[in-house]
Amino acid sequence: MSRRGDWVYENNGGTCVAIAGADYCVVAADTRLSVGYSILTRDHSKICDLADKCVLASSGFQGDIKALHKNLAARELLYQHQHNKRMSCPAMAQLLSNTLYYKRFFPYYAFNVLGGLDSEGKGCVFTYDAVGSYERTGYSAQGTGSTLIMPVLDNQLKSPSPLLLPARDAVTPLSESEAIDLVKDVFASATERDIYTGDKLEIVVINKAGTKREYIELRKD
Amino acid sequence: MDGFSKSIGGGGPNVPAGSHPAGGSQAAAGGGATQRTQYPYVTGTSVIALKYKDGVIMACDTGASYGSTLRYKSVERIKAVGKHSIIGASGEYSDFQEILRYLDELTLSDHMWDDGNSLGPKEIHSYLTRVMYNRRNKFDPLWNSLVIGGVKKGPKGDEKYLGMVNMIGTHFEENHVATGFGNHLAIPILRAEWHEDMTFEEAVKLVEKCLLVLLYRDRSSINKFQIAKITTEGSTIYPPYSLKTYWGFTHFENPAQGAVGSW
Repeated sequence: MSRRGDWVYENNGGTCVAIAGADYCVVAADTRLSVGYSILTRDHSKICDLADKCVLASSGFQGDIKALHKNLAARELLYQHQHNKRMSCPAMAQLLSNTLYYKRFFPYYAFNVLGGLDSEGKGCVFTYDAVGSYERTGYSAQGTGSTLIMPVLDNQLKSPSPLLLPARDAVTPLSESEAIDLVKDVFASATERDIYTGDKLEIVVINKAGTKREYIELRKD
Repeated sequence: MDGFSKSIGGGGPNVPAGSHPAGGSQAAAGGGATQRTQYPYVTGTSVIALKYKDGVIMACDTGASYGSTLRYKSVERIKAVGKHSIIGASGEYSDFQEILRYLDELTLSDHMWDDGNSLGPKEIHSYLTRVMYNRRNKFDPLWNSLVIGGVKKGPKGDEKYLGMVNMIGTHFEENHVATGFGNHLAIPILRAEWHEDMTFEEAVKLVEKCLLVLLYRDRSSINKFQIAKITTEGSTIYPPYSLKTYWGFTHFENPAQGAVGSW
């Protein structure tokens, strides 16, 4: 049975990960764009630098993702003009949630991870569903490979359990280079089993000094 | 409506039962906005394109089908846009004509600014992406996959550009693109054999190799092709021509030879 609205969405695949540290944040995503069983291109970024200490990675339907990124980047520019400063990561987190919920009845098919430094310079990661429900965590994975990656991050990041009371600080005690190595490892593993993840990995590291970008080759099959 | 097109047209598009091809609109659940969706009727098949040394080369056949009927055999599915770009489309042909009208308006306004600047392929691609995405948001799509290619002078010299956008707004830039069946049949060949700075002759040979595979394997393609190129000198759309095909395989001669049965 084909329904009238079936054609409006497609899943272009891919995986996004973010890890928050004491004074850094790592945001990473693969660069494969797929449709069905085909690869459209091996070199397409899912990451958008929204503010100097705020980076968004999204996976899902690329048309919606690009529109969402454009929308948020425009709003951030407006904020700059009105407040004479860039948006903080927690502020952008709320804006993203509101933007997603605004289209609650015709959602952006985008699964987002927002990463950056908060106003105190500590790493923060915000994870979302498609309609804007979000929480601040120490790490997250979204996209087609998320189910493969999340359990490994839970195991390796030595972050305190979110179920503990009183609530403990979620950022990982790992160092920046250890976190980057972990990200490379989880993507290599996800690439093995998820057909939509692979080709190249784009890693963005945000810390006090600024933003740094790195590209790693992944399996192309 | 459905019965009419099926009996007279002899195999028009198979519109699913319970739908209205013309003027079918319903009030949506919230907001009162009318929801309309479409099915493609007259469609073009694959378009392929690749970057080469002097610019971009694009090719497709000149057929347009009405369901399983090959209705039009001399249709130009690649057109020049402004001074720096060419656009090719697969999918609903009338929507392509609509897109060309949008682009006419766009290039006219651009010309009227008279500011010495002209829209390049990147700008056209960006514009069309927004048009396609916004139509998709209104549930009233332009049922096409578009290929935009061109060359324009940029800060680093002459910059070649090749991109694709589909009917729901998925878009990307690449060294070689193909729509429809081309995605499955031509892209593997292009990925294996494309390289940077091909000459025009090499590029045409590669394109013809892809077109031949599509001719053999895509039932909606026809043996009449047009190649177009865009360079800093401008765009050229070559007159249509045919490729030589070979059907003399022994297995084609008596296909039922090995088949057991009474019919």
